[in-house]
Amino acid sequence: MDALASLMDGFAIALTWQNLGLALLGCFLGTIIGTMPGLGPSNGVAILIPVAFTLGLPATPALILLTSVYYGAMYGGRISSILLNIPGDEPAMMTTLDGYPMARQGRAGEALALSGVASFVGAFFATWGLVFLSPLLVKVALLFGPAEYFALFVLAFATLGGVTSRNQSKAAFAAALGLAIAMIGVDGQTGMPRYTFGNVHLYDGIDFLVAIVGLFALSEVFIFLEHRGESEASGKDAKPLGRITVPLKTLKETSGTMGRSTIIGFIAGVLPGAGASLGSFVAYTLEKRMVDRKGTFGKGDPRGVVAPEAGNNAAAGGALVPMLALGVPGSGTTAVLLAMLLALNITPGPLLFTNNPDVVWGLIAALFIGNLMLLALNIPLVGLFVRVLSVPPRILMPTVAMVAAVGIYGISGSTFDLLVMVGFGVLGWVLRKLDVPLVPVILGVLLGNLMEANLRRALTISNGDWSILVGSPLTITLWTVAIVGFVLPMIVGRFFRIRRAHTAAGEGADPD
Amino acid sequence: MSSDRVFGGVGLLLAAFFIWQATQVELGFSSDPLGPRAFPIIIGGVMALACIYPLIRPDESPDWPPLGRLLEIALAVAVMTAYSLALSEVGFLLATAVAAAILSWRLGSRPLGAVIAGVGISVGIYVVFHLILGLALARGPWGF
Repeated sequence: MDALASLMDGFAIALTWQNLGLALLGCFLGTIIGTMPGLGPSNGVAILIPVAFTLGLPATPALILLTSVYYGAMYGGRISSILLNIPGDEPAMMTTLDGYPMARQGRAGEALALSGVASFVGAFFATWGLVFLSPLLVKVALLFGPAEYFALFVLAFATLGGVTSRNQSKAAFAAALGLAIAMIGVDGQTGMPRYTFGNVHLYDGIDFLVAIVGLFALSEVFIFLEHRGESEASGKDAKPLGRITVPLKTLKETSGTMGRSTIIGFIAGVLPGAGASLGSFVAYTLEKRMVDRKGTFGKGDPRGVVAPEAGNNAAAGGALVPMLALGVPGSGTTAVLLAMLLALNITPGPLLFTNNPDVVWGLIAALFIGNLMLLALNIPLVGLFVRVLSVPPRILMPTVAMVAAVGIYGISGSTFDLLVMVGFGVLGWVLRKLDVPLVPVILGVLLGNLMEANLRRALTISNGDWSILVGSPLTITLWTVAIVGFVLPMIVGRFFRIRRAHTAAGEGADPD
Repeated sequence: MSSDRVFGGVGLLLAAFFIWQATQVELGFSSDPLGPRAFPIIIGGVMALACIYPLIRPDESPDWPPLGRLLEIALAVAVMTAYSLALSEVGFLLATAVAAAILSWRLGSRPLGAVIAGVGISVGIYVVFHLILGLALARGPWGF
């Protein structure tokens, strides 16, 4: 019961006025960000990192703010899914299937309240999963040497590309591109500049925050410019809310779905490379197969709202497990959170639990608190967030671009970084058009130097003998999982892949 | 010519350039067994391999926007570039108001609405981030 004792310490850290205030602010901002179509968790967190960073917040409060935004965005995504049939972010895609039909039947308020409860249940139990699973994973991770870490990084890229991408070769390209960008700068071990082309600004390498903000946030602005005027949905088209309550009977009927979807979502979240989108997709699909006897799914069945919402919120919690315990993020947003930790000079992984237990447990306690706040914010105040939907993109998108620029300029005060950010914005737009996933790029930029360092350390230990990479049962297991994770989805085919519609929403959707 | 073929071709060139550059990296006096060249060469190899599949079996081309929209995006890129360069010259408030107004106009605001939006966004960010949160923003010749 070490975990429980540590959790109590965590509550002692999280329960300060400053941290509670930051959690509340994060939950509020997160819900707004999640509500707005086109702005999702990874965009929201990406824009706010430089801001939190330049504000000089210490690690724990900064992390509390940003993970509250992350959880909040997961809650917020459902609002526009239900009211407008437009997912507020990618994980909320599946919620449109039954949420919007419910709204058309005049049960919008019920759908919103029910999905709020489902989100709470999913996130609540997933956070408990995080409490108990991460220390176990840490014990395994303590056995890892450089060769194991190298294999683990390969595994993360392989499953990320294998599971979430439609075209594995493009995912592999994206990973290589990200790693290549990470190589820019002075080599840490020999002090030799690489790919700097004599430009002093490049000696420090490309700041990953600049890359993230450009790829995610700025490219979103370009996508909006491209599709301007095609689907002008706003709060005015929203269905009337009706009463925002859940009948007890509905709760009872959906409790089984809630439980199953939470478990499935959590597992999907923990697997490296599979984030909340996959969690909600698998939860909905399985639930449909299991309980949809009368064919009511897709026509406004409350269980069809509960399954994806419990699933994606549970996955959001699950995705934090590998990020904190191994330092290998399981999804786009956790990759962005990892960037935050690295920017604060904190290296996640097993040592985080021994060196900075206050950060880990303070964060987990804050997640419990934030989750309660979100439930309280989301059911009575949902009308307020609905009003946010009426902010048109012509105001929203310039604001996003400018806040992104403010954050980047705030870090370094460098014009060069701003120009690089614009370059990444264009790159992000082109890659999205070509259906090249952005998350492996980000992961590559983040992990590239760590991955190389581990490879070189392993080969230094073995004196240049490459067989060390497969020299232990652990490495062989990791390589096997990596290969299976990359190859199996090609064979099994389309079942596990999210079929995204070829629309502006699909293309512009924010990865979770 | 499908987009994916172009993508694969450009990717291959990029990979080749990346590997060639890796071979040009100077070796230090003392080095680990692997040295600074090997990992980039591996990455370049993976990149090149990944580019072969789209060359052989390209996906369907995406719907590229018509020329007008491409110009819109180009304009936005130009605005952001000019903004980056102007920020330290004319200060945050002016640069941001102008850039936000142009973006808002191109996203569908009427000219007057765009000006109001631009000024509103600029002042709003200034108040929230600078006056309330105390973030350092670019100062122009007039101190704001």
